Amino acid sequence: MNDNFDWKKYLIVFFITVGLFATAYYLSEYFGGKKVEELKSIQDKIAIDILSSETQFSLLSELSCKNISDSVFSGQLGELGNKLEWSQNNLGATEEVSYLRKYYSLLQIKDYLLTKKISARCGTKASFILYFYTTAENCSECERESLVLLSLRGKYPELRVYSFDYSTELSAVESMLKIYKIKDTELPALVIDDDVLTGFRSIEELEVRVKESFKLQETKPIENKESSP
Amino acid sequence: MASISGLIFYILIFLSVYVQVFFFVTFFENRKKIVIRSGKTKLSHYPAVTIVVPCFNEEETVEKTVRSLLNLHYPKDKLKIFLIDDGSTDGTLNIIKHFEKYPNIRVLHKENGGKYTALNLGLLHSENDFFGGLDADSFADPEALVRIMSYFEKDESVMAVAPSVTVYNPRNLIQNVQKAEYHMGVYLKKMLGFLGAINVTPGPLTIFRKKVFDDLGPYKHGHNTEDMEIAYRMQKNHYKIAHCNDAYIYTNTPGTILKLYRQRLRWIYGFINNTLDYRNVLFKKKYGNFAFFTLPTGIISIFSVGYLFGRIVYNVGDFLYSRFVDFQVAGFNFSREFGNFDSFFINTKMSLFLVALVYMVVLFAMMFGRRMSDGKWKFSIEMLFFFPIFSILAPLWIMRAIWNTIFSKVPVWR
Repeated sequence: MNDNFDWKKYLIVFFITVGLFATAYYLSEYFGGKKVEELKSIQDKIAIDILSSETQFSLLSELSCKNISDSVFSGQLGELGNKLEWSQNNLGATEEVSYLRKYYSLLQIKDYLLTKKISARCGTKASFILYFYTTAENCSECERESLVLLSLRGKYPELRVYSFDYSTELSAVESMLKIYKIKDTELPALVIDDDVLTGFRSIEELEVRVKESFKLQETKPIENKESSP
Repeated sequence: MASISGLIFYILIFLSVYVQVFFFVTFFENRKKIVIRSGKTKLSHYPAVTIVVPCFNEEETVEKTVRSLLNLHYPKDKLKIFLIDDGSTDGTLNIIKHFEKYPNIRVLHKENGGKYTALNLGLLHSENDFFGGLDADSFADPEALVRIMSYFEKDESVMAVAPSVTVYNPRNLIQNVQKAEYHMGVYLKKMLGFLGAINVTPGPLTIFRKKVFDDLGPYKHGHNTEDMEIAYRMQKNHYKIAHCNDAYIYTNTPGTILKLYRQRLRWIYGFINNTLDYRNVLFKKKYGNFAFFTLPTGIISIFSVGYLFGRIVYNVGDFLYSRFVDFQVAGFNFSREFGNFDSFFINTKMSLFLVALVYMVVLFAMMFGRRMSDGKWKFSIEMLFFFPIFSILAPLWIMRAIWNTIFSKVPVWR
């Protein structure tokens, strides 16, 4: 009776739609892959920076601190952190992203150790905060603390915040947790000048601590000079 | 929970893309059949037509409506016009009485009973083989009727012909956005016409063979959408409805959000309830594309809009909450809010490409619809405004219409 029904057309349209979906999937994978590549290249660059700084430090350890260039402080570490966090949220917690996050944690620890060494020896102005949080469970305090630290870092460019996901399965991170006796029930946790602060800390409170920390750093070179032969 | 929501999201996107591709393929198949005439159309003979103008409190527009009928390029002795006052409480009756002096115009007055009762009164008095209505807020292009009638001349099996309805004199953003939407409507209606699956024979100047009403009975209340109900009834009885894309009707559209809300609530409520009334038509092969495409498309769009609205509300709420927390803990930081742009942070999710694709096809529909009704391929900024404005407003009337259906509340006309 009705000649206006054509199964074939419904099927053809179905296949076209599937084709469009496949194309969209391919594009999404393609751009996602590009982003992961970009992350990898930033990480490689940071790794080289750190290695180069370490080498420079070893080479010059017997000489003057003046020769240690400013580029020691790799500003890209923060940028990489932001991009990784975004990737975790938007590309999904894929194997590649979680691998990159582990690598990032390791780079942070290396950067932390090196900067601490340089700063102690040469008195460069730097303040550290180690920040422990978790993504394994819903931690609203952690989200608030992250925002505080982000804001603080904007205010004090020299401030270095190293953030570690409690659930990262990496022995180096686990050692850090052991050293500072961080428990997963007390997150977020901050380490400033070897003091462990647990729970949410406001921006005002941290600012005071950071300022103290700056002064502490500034006074050290004099002590160093005095103690050095 | 998140994965179920994600799955529903992708199913709805799949269906939306499917619908748009279906329209586009239909367009591609039939593009050579779309004729846009200019100049005067001639018929080999001019059948007698009755046009009814049902009026209820339309004193501001009815005179122009009647004048547009008098200016139609159609032999005066073949065109009978009934002006039916449906118990207006304003000056409508006085205005239409002035037209009694025209030999082909007849003025009738009745107690208020709703638009379908006025149309039925016209049907009762009509002796011609062709019958149509023209809403008293709409104006016909002089060529409209003769072009519509050419479709009947060309094809004996055509039982009704719907025109292209566009927006008359849009003055504000809401009306301009509707103009873009009506242009899309022209395109979609033409495609549905090719598919034999039109589900509305709009109040502004759809012409029927009188036989339709003789066979199927007069207009019904149809949940205040009598022009949808009659189309459903015709589809159920395999009566062919065509769309004459170059017959132009200009209609007044709601100028405020509230008026638009009331109109659309009535339309969507009409769609839901007429579809419920005719649910036994759904997915029956003998009812063709109407059963497999038009009705499912309407149902899908209701679900999609409702679902997407929930999702958008959730996302916006989530975003505002995180901004609030940010402000609470760290204060306002200009440089962070509007910091350096980095292409890395452009989202490249799969859904984004698909949504962009749907928007592009809809934009094409608007532009081609505009070409069919204004004769020009032209982009206008209102076409872009359509997306945000309708995605905020449409969920409101859709959800209200669902609510009203569940609690059997019939929306008022205006």
